[in-house]
Amino acid sequence: MNIDLETVEETAKALYIRALKVLPDDIKQGFTRLDSSETDATGKSILATMIDNIEVAEETDNLLCQDTGIPIYNVTIGCGVEVDGWGLKQAIRRGCARATREYPLRSSVVHPVTRENEHTSCGIRVPVINLDFSNVADELEIEMIPKGSGSENGSFLKMCIPADGIAGVKTFVIDRVMEAGGKVCPPTIVGVGVGGTSDLCAHLAKVAATRELGSACADPEGAKLEAELSAAVNSLGIGPQGLGGDSTAFAVHVEIAATHITMNPVAVNIQCHSARRARATITPVGVEFGF
Amino acid sequence: MAAYNIKMPCMGEDVYKLRIGDHVTLQDALFGIRDATQIQMFDHGRETRLDLTGHAVIHTAPNVRRVDPSNSCPAGYESVCIGTTTSMRMERFTRPLMERNGVRIIIGKGGLGPESSQAFQDLGGVYLAIIGGTAALETTWIKRILDVDMDDLNPESLWQFEIADFGPLLVAMDSHGGSLYEAVNLTARERRAAALASMGVET
Repeated sequence: MNIDLETVEETAKALYIRALKVLPDDIKQGFTRLDSSETDATGKSILATMIDNIEVAEETDNLLCQDTGIPIYNVTIGCGVEVDGWGLKQAIRRGCARATREYPLRSSVVHPVTRENEHTSCGIRVPVINLDFSNVADELEIEMIPKGSGSENGSFLKMCIPADGIAGVKTFVIDRVMEAGGKVCPPTIVGVGVGGTSDLCAHLAKVAATRELGSACADPEGAKLEAELSAAVNSLGIGPQGLGGDSTAFAVHVEIAATHITMNPVAVNIQCHSARRARATITPVGVEFGF
Repeated sequence: MAAYNIKMPCMGEDVYKLRIGDHVTLQDALFGIRDATQIQMFDHGRETRLDLTGHAVIHTAPNVRRVDPSNSCPAGYESVCIGTTTSMRMERFTRPLMERNGVRIIIGKGGLGPESSQAFQDLGGVYLAIIGGTAALETTWIKRILDVDMDDLNPESLWQFEIADFGPLLVAMDSHGGSLYEAVNLTARERRAAALASMGVET
């Protein structure tokens, strides 16, 4: 299967706008679950307004949140797919810039030193494009994540040592969730990376934070950590928007990687309640959009 | 817990009567301000031609569309999506914003810290919590973009909005030293040891 780069460009544009407007079903179900279990009056009223906002965004065909985020495109190339890799990256970049100019969206991306905004949501190494490969035949999948800054600023890395044990990892997560408080727009998905190198650990935290609600870590030890940490985080009383309540996080997600005998790294990356993502699958039949 | 309707700009007495837990709905005028706007104003001494005395500012940088100026878009901007950003990054600007520009009300999400709380007590101000991430709803409370200054910083310009029934917003920090965030933070600190113990971690 040959990939047409014009299709990729149009898809990258459509994905950015779609992700900003329609929340995935698993997140909507997450809101319903939290709303039914929340016992704090303020927390419950905040959740109700958030649910109302999801409906208003769909009714008025508007963006859920003003923050257009840092655009991230996760591309998975199936086997048998023939694509010009350089051309693919340029096509995604063009689609991202066109969504910003043509919709128009707020470009939230600036040069880190001069703070200059090109008003295209693009800049040096942005959009972030991650490439991976799968054994699915004749399929190219693009996942788009507009990562909001309020929760992205809730990112932390600690190179714990083996003597800190898993207790050091758990303590770090709890303390960072407390530090983040209401700044990261709870209820959140707390993404935790455990193991790997420092960069892999931070990347895994983002993979975990943007994973579908209801999914579990493939590793049983990771899944056990998820259950323990989810209950512990929600016992702190931080609540929706940091104004008190039971619903601090939809869930804590953990992703793990093997690490060095001298290392015990842990990273936290937080996803706000506007947990936006959109997915497109390009096959010989056409382009199918989903979450 | 009382509910108030305040026409902007307001007087000191409108703000002093507010207590944490009260609800407030604002009418008429609101200004949008953000990191870059305040870095320019307070670190680089840039003056704005807009008068913020007695007014409310919201921590925002909106999505807008450029259009020809008209009665509905006098500043040549139509609103697309207007929401709120995390306030804490702008903690050090609360006092100068109140002292130099006369701002009375700050609207944001996630709360401000002790420096702002002190400024609210010394100068008569409040922090109103809006629900972050609910910009589609918030946009329906804004009627027009009336004016814009320092627009070279776009989208972090200084925006003047015309509003109607903007709220209800929650008084989360008042001019008497009250802060809902501090209370929640204290609860979390008290519960930390039990949360860790539930995972077999001793403190």
